[in-house]
Amino acid sequence: MKQNRNWPELIIESLIRATGYSAILFVALILIFLLREGLPALAEVKFADLFSNRWYPIEAHFGLLPLIGGSLIVTLGAALLAVPFGLATAIFIAEIAPRWAREVLKPLVEILGGLPSVVLGFLGMLALAPLIRTTLNTPTGLTAFTGSLLLAGMAVPTLVSVAEDALDAVPKSYRDAALALGATKWQTIWRVTVPAARSGVLTAIMLGIGRAIGETMTVMMVTGNAARLPTTLNSFFLPVRTMTATIAAEMGEVANGSVHYHVLFTIGIVLFLISFVVNLTASAVVFQQRKRAERLLS
Amino acid sequence: MLSRQLTQRLVFALITLAAVTTVLPIVLVVGYIAWLGAPAISWEFLTAIPRNGMKEGGIWPAIVGTLYLTLGTGLIAVPLGVAAAVYLSEYAKDNRLTRAIRIAIINLAGIPSVVYGLFGLGLFVLFLQFGTSILAGCLTLSIMTLPVIVSTAEEALRAVPQSFRVVSISLGGTKWQTIRRVVLPQALPGILTGVILGLERAAGETAPILFTAATFFLPRLPHSVFDETMALPYHLFVISTQVPGMPIRIQYGTALVLLTFVLSMNVIATGIRSRARARRQW
Repeated sequence: MKQNRNWPELIIESLIRATGYSAILFVALILIFLLREGLPALAEVKFADLFSNRWYPIEAHFGLLPLIGGSLIVTLGAALLAVPFGLATAIFIAEIAPRWAREVLKPLVEILGGLPSVVLGFLGMLALAPLIRTTLNTPTGLTAFTGSLLLAGMAVPTLVSVAEDALDAVPKSYRDAALALGATKWQTIWRVTVPAARSGVLTAIMLGIGRAIGETMTVMMVTGNAARLPTTLNSFFLPVRTMTATIAAEMGEVANGSVHYHVLFTIGIVLFLISFVVNLTASAVVFQQRKRAERLLS
Repeated sequence: MLSRQLTQRLVFALITLAAVTTVLPIVLVVGYIAWLGAPAISWEFLTAIPRNGMKEGGIWPAIVGTLYLTLGTGLIAVPLGVAAAVYLSEYAKDNRLTRAIRIAIINLAGIPSVVYGLFGLGLFVLFLQFGTSILAGCLTLSIMTLPVIVSTAEEALRAVPQSFRVVSISLGGTKWQTIRRVVLPQALPGILTGVILGLERAAGETAPILFTAATFFLPRLPHSVFDETMALPYHLFVISTQVPGMPIRIQYGTALVLLTFVLSMNVIATGIRSRARARRQW
């Protein structure tokens, strides 16, 4: 196909191309600078010490396990709450709700997404934690569970809006075809619409969980920040300390270039790798699904 | 037949209940903060410099700081993000490179905000020697906001029916003319919504500016992009956790101001979208 092209247009197109590639550059830069500041820690702290049970930087104990465990338990709790509630809300908004309810719910969910994490943490500290302490009769309201509850709230909007967009993007003809074949509305949703939107729904779940793992201010303010390895189910109702909160709380007080400083960057590397693996898995699923969908539709 | 209908009714009831359970706390949270924060709001609170260890006076420097950080982030992230979205939606071929870009974007979206803070500290504050500054904060926030803008803008661009492009090209439009005159205008409401929601997140974030831009206390406004600045989210964090004996009224007042700032962006974004949806012909 021949098109009349001129040089301003070519310049614009190459600029657009360059911005397209920039995402790769940024990921590379982030990795490079995390490694640059974090790798020295591996020379300064014995490898076995990093996998010990004790995080006590003042006495040079840099065991990362309690922090990793803390992040995992809080995120797991958040995911268990956010995925079912988030998906249900997305399906409700996209498929079931009457128009007026949709017009009310969608903005509300986005308001939740816009709530700054520090505001949720603030309210969690002042309002939710005392409530949890009295109802669950725990010594403190600042627990992993408190963090999970609030983190679920932070993950839900991402999950809902991405999933709802995906459901919304499924052509009406798919639904009409299913309904015409005699399926109920629910069968249409469950067997046609949701599977057709599957890649978007999976992306939604991944982005939601990603948001929960990375959440910092809220967990720092409400989980009590006790660096102990959660080993039993009971730990859910005890204070924990996450990786993100550790970085945020301690980076301000360390000397640039100290061992503690390097170890905090090492935690950053661990967080980066976790989110990298989670997202790589997610995108692999997305690409697979897209290919299959393309095969089926072509 | 009956069981299918019954299943549907049960499932729909459950889903409705779940949706209400999800949404109700939002109203409670906003209402609670508005109720407790409103008494603190006064002209002085909004426009004065903090005094007496921040226990008196206002939060003006924090408000201005957050405005600067949000605008600066927008200046960097919006052109970059929208252009990248145009590339992905209109130019990119389905090859390895495009795949790598998509993976990079998904990955950027997943990187924890505090890791952005570390990165900003490493690259902008220390390596490029911008110091703890508005510039370093904006750059850090921009890269964090980028994936939000790219993915929502791309979604909006892709939602424009292919036939629109075909018609424009067949009328003799070049690819760029088609994008600029047809695709972008059609996708504009979706893009704007994404942009505002992205910036809203940047405005409310604390972790990325902890080590790159924010300062505990600054008794004046920042003078240049190389100045450090107070910011509403960081200020709320500081007065609610680091300052003993802080009047609760001021804490809720600060939370309310931050919330109002962020939510008004939200209302604008959703307003744009619902208007566009009502008008959409396709």
